Amino acid sequence: MVEPLLLFDALLGLAIAALAVAVLTVHDRFAMIVLFIVFGLMSALAWVRLSAPDVALAEAAIGTGLTGALLLTTLHHIRAAPAAPVPVPGGVVVANLGLCALIFGGLAFAFLLTPLQAPGLAPAVAQNMAASGVGHPVTAVLLNFRAYDTLMEVVVLLAAIVAVWMVERGTVQAPAPVLGEIYRGFSRLALPAIVVIGSYLLWVGAQAPGGAFQGGAVLAAVGLLLLLGRLYRPQPAHRPFARAGFVLGTAVFAGVALLVAGGGRLPFEYPAAHAKTLILLIEGMVTISIAVTLAALFHGREPEAVPVSEKSE
Amino acid sequence: MLLDLLALALIAVGAFFFVAGTIGLLRFPDTLCRLHALTKADGLGLGLTCLGVALLAGTAGEVVRIVLIWFFVATSSAVCGHLIARHVRRAANAGGR
Repeated sequence: MVEPLLLFDALLGLAIAALAVAVLTVHDRFAMIVLFIVFGLMSALAWVRLSAPDVALAEAAIGTGLTGALLLTTLHHIRAAPAAPVPVPGGVVVANLGLCALIFGGLAFAFLLTPLQAPGLAPAVAQNMAASGVGHPVTAVLLNFRAYDTLMEVVVLLAAIVAVWMVERGTVQAPAPVLGEIYRGFSRLALPAIVVIGSYLLWVGAQAPGGAFQGGAVLAAVGLLLLLGRLYRPQPAHRPFARAGFVLGTAVFAGVALLVAGGGRLPFEYPAAHAKTLILLIEGMVTISIAVTLAALFHGREPEAVPVSEKSE
Repeated sequence: MLLDLLALALIAVGAFFFVAGTIGLLRFPDTLCRLHALTKADGLGLGLTCLGVALLAGTAGEVVRIVLIWFFVATSSAVCGHLIARHVRRAANAGGR
């Protein structure tokens, strides 16, 4: 007898592959984005089936929710200022193909070389859990054992928002659509719940699936709701606060990592007695940075003194 | 045992309404009709599925979470339906002028 869940997994895998093909072949940009969002949701489901709820949460919140919102807002701006399609130079296509082939080759190489029966690093993580300061292995790896990688992920977000603010300086921005009273009522209802859920995800990350990236992405939704409902309008005077928010996570993370060094300890080697406090401090600040940065990415260019023309209701 | 059967029946009926809503989405002629099929049928399907899952829940905390999920999915899909219908009406008005 075939196990029913195996059938489900096979269908899920087929659906993901089919969605990936559909995303690349469909011609309408809007349909492409919607298919990509469905693709992300199915991938999140696949991560759940692989018993990786941390990755599933990140995929659903960042890979699907926020990336989908970023793509849709980009489409809105493209439609507002239609430009003649610029032909892509052949060299760029070749370079892209080469890079994609390189990544694919690297992944295939890593996949083929990974021994199937090896214990991996799981026993090493399990042995050192007591020294990590947290109770959840994924958080221990991300914030303690491999903290340098996580710091670089935070730096990537910082670089992204710096690039967006520089590139979009002076560009014409499409007026945001007016969404109306029912939407505003809904956002008032949803906002407190999102704040609670985002903070909970951050807090629970020490013991269970969750953490800074998932919590930050959920909290970024607060910014999206406020921006879409025009309950918050970015002003030039808010720029210093936004910049502080962008840098906060990277600064605290790198600062703590360097300050714990010395006296025979390496950077990132937290003293075991204070590990939990330090990790929570880093995660809290990184969460704020992620939330502010993702919301700012959604808004696009930095707020300027010139009043943006607005469509009235 | 009886509880399990009841939960199974509720989830099955809920799934039936989701399928019905999806068929409506695929078969109906225009956006407003499709929205009609989708929001009504999926709202009912969601409620029945949540009720069935809540019957299987082990603790009171799980039941509270399922109720919260039902509440937020139901309200957000209602608001989404409203926004799409509003957009369609405005686009039609703009085109008719």
